[in-house]
Amino acid sequence: MSTIKVSIVSSSEEIYSGEGTMVFATGSLGEIGIAPGHTPLLTGLAPGPVRVQNGDDEKTFFCSGGFIEIQPDLVTFLSDRAERAESMDEAEAVKAQELAEKNMHDKESELDYTKAAAQLAEAAARIKTIQKLRKNK
Amino acid sequence: MANTKEVRKQIASIKSTQKITSAMEMVAASKIKKTQNEMQLGRPYSEKIKEVISHIANSSSEYSHPFYEHRETKKACFLVVSSDKGLCGGLNINLFKQVIHKSAELKAQGIESNFALIGLKAASFFKSVGGDVVANVQKLGDKPDPDALIGLTKTVLDLHRNGEVDQVYLCGNGFVNTMTQQPKVEQLIPLPAEETDELTATHWDYIYEPEAQELLEGLMTRYIESLIYHAVIENSACEQAAKMLAMKNATENAGDLIKELELLYNNVRQAAITQELSEIVGGAAAV
Repeated sequence: MSTIKVSIVSSSEEIYSGEGTMVFATGSLGEIGIAPGHTPLLTGLAPGPVRVQNGDDEKTFFCSGGFIEIQPDLVTFLSDRAERAESMDEAEAVKAQELAEKNMHDKESELDYTKAAAQLAEAAARIKTIQKLRKNK
Repeated sequence: MANTKEVRKQIASIKSTQKITSAMEMVAASKIKKTQNEMQLGRPYSEKIKEVISHIANSSSEYSHPFYEHRETKKACFLVVSSDKGLCGGLNINLFKQVIHKSAELKAQGIESNFALIGLKAASFFKSVGGDVVANVQKLGDKPDPDALIGLTKTVLDLHRNGEVDQVYLCGNGFVNTMTQQPKVEQLIPLPAEETDELTATHWDYIYEPEAQELLEGLMTRYIESLIYHAVIENSACEQAAKMLAMKNATENAGDLIKELELLYNNVRQAAITQELSEIVGGAAAV
């Protein structure tokens, strides 16, 4: 089976580098599936899970915002922050979501709205990733 | 001639200084490992984003980004990366010398310069030299946070967007090895043209989602940010290496000084004994 070279990097470390037969990710305009031989595509990366399938083996990673570059033989995820989904703690994620929600509703707070909304989206995506991972188990 | 008490005091004070410098040497030596490690960890990202950028440069893109545009230069901006703390030999001053040199060179061509500074040392240097400082970030600590640099980067890029600055230079120390650090001044904007590779041979372009302009704008900003972040990390590795070397030298020098002073101390002590003896002998003879 043909494969595509996958690399997921964040500004502070390399998260994953290897082959995949199919990759799923959340682009800025919606979910995309990437198979080997994909046409060159450049798109934003929305916070959410990235799944890399290699035959029967599947790995899940969490990426916050960034960019995806796709060439026919390779796909690169440039994430501002990425982590292995296994290492994520749901309690932490829920806490982050609560904080973000509070910041958003808190009219008094000086935090600007867009920043809070981005925080909330990231926390929600994190929780989504963990739940997806649980379901697969 | 100095008396023994004075010399002894001097030796004690130099010994305590030596203890401090050797402790600082050891601290720097342990920090080098950490900073070098961080440099390694950040490398995949900068390599990958460079790859993506070079792919974009080689594609026949519908939109050409202003960072590639060579325009008539009237003003240049120097982004100077320095350390927050001193006691690291000539690390900072060597870099500043190069920056000043380059800025004078540009001035001869009628190009004015301004400065965006990272680190306390750069801030105090350019305050005393007198330069037009547009942005300043300090106290990043041993583990620089990429978020702390966003403001500075944005200021510089906005200046470029508004046409107030036409060229941007990134100045920082390059880590060669623990003994050698190389100050370098590199052109950041306009981005140097990429060498062509096999990708250019065919006419191709990306599909952009959403618009090319919006996407490239974001990606280019991230690229510049990653370059600056990398320069900061590299500079902090250089700082620790230079500090270790400077402190090692200081410890050795203190050792030499102590040896000399001990010789002097023995001389003085011997002279005092001889004098006392001759006084006793003289006194006995008089009786």
